[in-house]
Amino acid sequence: MKNTIAERIYDFLKNFPPFDVLEKEQLFKIASNVKVTYIEKDNFVFKQEENPHEYFYVVKDGAIGLYRGMDNEQILVDICDEGDIFGLRPLIQNDLYLMSAKATEESVLYAVSVEILKEIIQTNEKVKKFLIASFSSNIKTPYAKGTNGQLFANIEMHTSNTSFTEIQSAEFSKNPVTTLKTSTIKEAAQIMSDKRVGSILIVENKNPIGIITDKDLRSKIATGLVSIDESVTAIMSSPVKTFKQKITVAEAQIAMIKNKITHLCITKDGTTHSELIGVLSEHDIVILHGNNPSLLIKKINRAKEVTALKYIREKTSNLLLGYIEQNIPITFISQIISEINEAITIKAIELSIEEMDKEPPVKFGWLALGSQGRKEQLLMTDQDNALVFEDVSPDKYMPTKQYFLQLAKKVTEKLNVIGFEYCPANMMASNPNWCLSLSEWKNQFDTWIKSPTEDAIMMCTIFFDYDLVFGDKKLVNAMSDSIYDSINSFEIFLNFLGRNALRNPPPIGFFRQFLVEDDGAHKDQFDIKSRAIMPLVDAARLLILSHNVKDKNNTISRFKKLIKLEPKNEDLYLSCIDSFKILLQFRTNQGLKSNDTGRYVDLNNLNKFEKLKLKGCFKPIAAIQELLNIRYNLAQMM
Amino acid sequence: MIQFFKKKRYPKFWQEHLDKVQNSQKYSNFENIRFVAIDTETTGFDYENDRILCIGAVAIKNNKILVSDAFEIYLKQDVFNKETVKIHGIRKNGNEEKLSEEEALIKFLDYLDDAVIVAHHTAFDVNMINQALKRLKVGPLESKQLDTNYIHKKIAKTDTYKKIFSLEELCEIYNVQMHDRHTALGDALITAYLFLKQTAKYKKNNALNLFDLINTNYHLIK
Repeated sequence: MKNTIAERIYDFLKNFPPFDVLEKEQLFKIASNVKVTYIEKDNFVFKQEENPHEYFYVVKDGAIGLYRGMDNEQILVDICDEGDIFGLRPLIQNDLYLMSAKATEESVLYAVSVEILKEIIQTNEKVKKFLIASFSSNIKTPYAKGTNGQLFANIEMHTSNTSFTEIQSAEFSKNPVTTLKTSTIKEAAQIMSDKRVGSILIVENKNPIGIITDKDLRSKIATGLVSIDESVTAIMSSPVKTFKQKITVAEAQIAMIKNKITHLCITKDGTTHSELIGVLSEHDIVILHGNNPSLLIKKINRAKEVTALKYIREKTSNLLLGYIEQNIPITFISQIISEINEAITIKAIELSIEEMDKEPPVKFGWLALGSQGRKEQLLMTDQDNALVFEDVSPDKYMPTKQYFLQLAKKVTEKLNVIGFEYCPANMMASNPNWCLSLSEWKNQFDTWIKSPTEDAIMMCTIFFDYDLVFGDKKLVNAMSDSIYDSINSFEIFLNFLGRNALRNPPPIGFFRQFLVEDDGAHKDQFDIKSRAIMPLVDAARLLILSHNVKDKNNTISRFKKLIKLEPKNEDLYLSCIDSFKILLQFRTNQGLKSNDTGRYVDLNNLNKFEKLKLKGCFKPIAAIQELLNIRYNLAQMM
Repeated sequence: MIQFFKKKRYPKFWQEHLDKVQNSQKYSNFENIRFVAIDTETTGFDYENDRILCIGAVAIKNNKILVSDAFEIYLKQDVFNKETVKIHGIRKNGNEEKLSEEEALIKFLDYLDDAVIVAHHTAFDVNMINQALKRLKVGPLESKQLDTNYIHKKIAKTDTYKKIFSLEELCEIYNVQMHDRHTALGDALITAYLFLKQTAKYKKNNALNLFDLINTNYHLIK
């Protein structure tokens, strides 16, 4: 028999997860068996510690607050609006209600039989994953083993069907063209032209020892530098970069960009000491993938002036847009974008040095700070940079500093033209305060660490995340060593850093167009940077500092390292990584959509799905802040 | 003997209706009572000459509307009034599967069981059904009846002098969204929503029992 009511309920439910992924018949069965109920304002649907009902509930109209009673106090844990589900976990886990559900407005609820849902869970894996994810956002410690990777299953639902090439294994050319090191260049060139290839591998006992490309023939033979009768070893590039068979396109691209090469050798065990089985060329990747970041890097390296760099930076934005549209993993995107930004900065420095009257008087290092230092910068944001130069004798100090200040001014001007705006707080190498000699930096860090005022701590959170972009690695290592020495001699500093990391607790969740805070207050704007991304960044920095780990400046790699150092917290750190990726992707999407930094999210523009996704990120933040709170005994410091 | 003889005179479906209503044990406990919100679409407002086009109904039990316990049936039309087509959209030879008046009433009575009827302006819908039953030589309906209009008058604080509230007016007062207006099941659902909200309000001041509710129906016999 026709049932118009069931059809209407079907139409409503299909807009909301997990109903949106149900088969039509499955959802219709649920809709046909809904019981509609009405709850007056301030009445309870159920109370904490009660036995579970036979149904779970979907809010049709109105709003339901979920409260947890603690010491005669009712703490608002969550608030559900149209389309939200509540009261499901106890049914599936045969448990009592952990919270009370009270109507904060008069509400109409759909009560859905759990029996029908259980049947569906058996057959629909996506629904199962969603439910696990939604439980984890409703209970305090969702990091049970076995839910890894399923925690954010709702993301996967939308991306699993999109095929993107970056995480596919790269298709490489098997049976590469080879010759022995006893061959002459002429012989090798003959083989290359016979086989119509642009490169030839030099092998010894089947292991690759070098490579000759068209470019080598052009630059070293045609120019007359080397005779064609000499051995191939005279012009081959050696050693070669080798990888295992299952290298992904993303890894291959990064390797090529990093090493400024166009060919990778695939060997049996991935080392140079094993049998060559194939070659992966940049061309192979271009074929796979129309838009090529390595080409952009090449253009950067060839650029002779700033306007060319500006153009390339704009191209990069398009590349970013394309990646986001293709749902390419955010970690890959941020690596590529960081590499490009770094290449641009390096080029800007090189161009600036050329403009100077003379070469730098001493060794120096150009440092990227903040998100660029962490390689987490996706959108155009402000410049944050600093400069360190070698210690010089007092009489040479002023001219040296003047030189580097002038250089820094040129660099920051160029970066500004390219599209990296000046830092409003003037945290740039062109500021005399942040263009210092090594010992001045050591003193500066030592002062910040040993008198941790609020300002000092703020500086630390920016300056600790530095990354050497250009210049001398030893200077930077010396800086890092001195930071750790200072921290080790003044350990309470970490507690201060911890207190800073807890400044911004995550919100509870969303309610219609509002953000719901701990104290029940509502806000209509969400600062995704300070409320969600930075708390994770701060936590990762603090924990990695406490382990004396150097050279880990990226939040995701910090958490990965922490998993190794503290295996007992693996689940928590994994969920932090997942959250961080989601948040970064979210911010990037927002930024691209509204053409800004994506920092402030307009809640009116979020759909239910996006809100659920964000809400899922808040729990790991709350959990890691809890961990910091206990570990650094911060409750007493607050 | 007379009783037995009398029983024999009714068709089976009608006798069952009488037995179910008379023997029901449920009416004393509000949570066990099955209410059925009904609405009929008709060719017009003349009890003698107009006919039922469609009956929609949905059950309510223990403050819940049971979507699985819904009823929607279309009747074959001998009488056709093209004026009302504009309202209910049911054409003489539309696509809906249609039953004869007799088949439809038998199915409806079977569905109704011992439920208490709830409608808006119940007298009209019940009268249309009773006229149809009369053509089958049975009736009138024995079921207990409630009217959302009169329940409202009992709990209303304003406009108490006003005799008749339209479904639209009540929807506004009780904040019920109006979807699928002028389909029988759509209006039945709206009536069911009104009833849920009214009983919730009624409960605030009184212990809820059926007989108090029925007492709001001073104009209805049942």
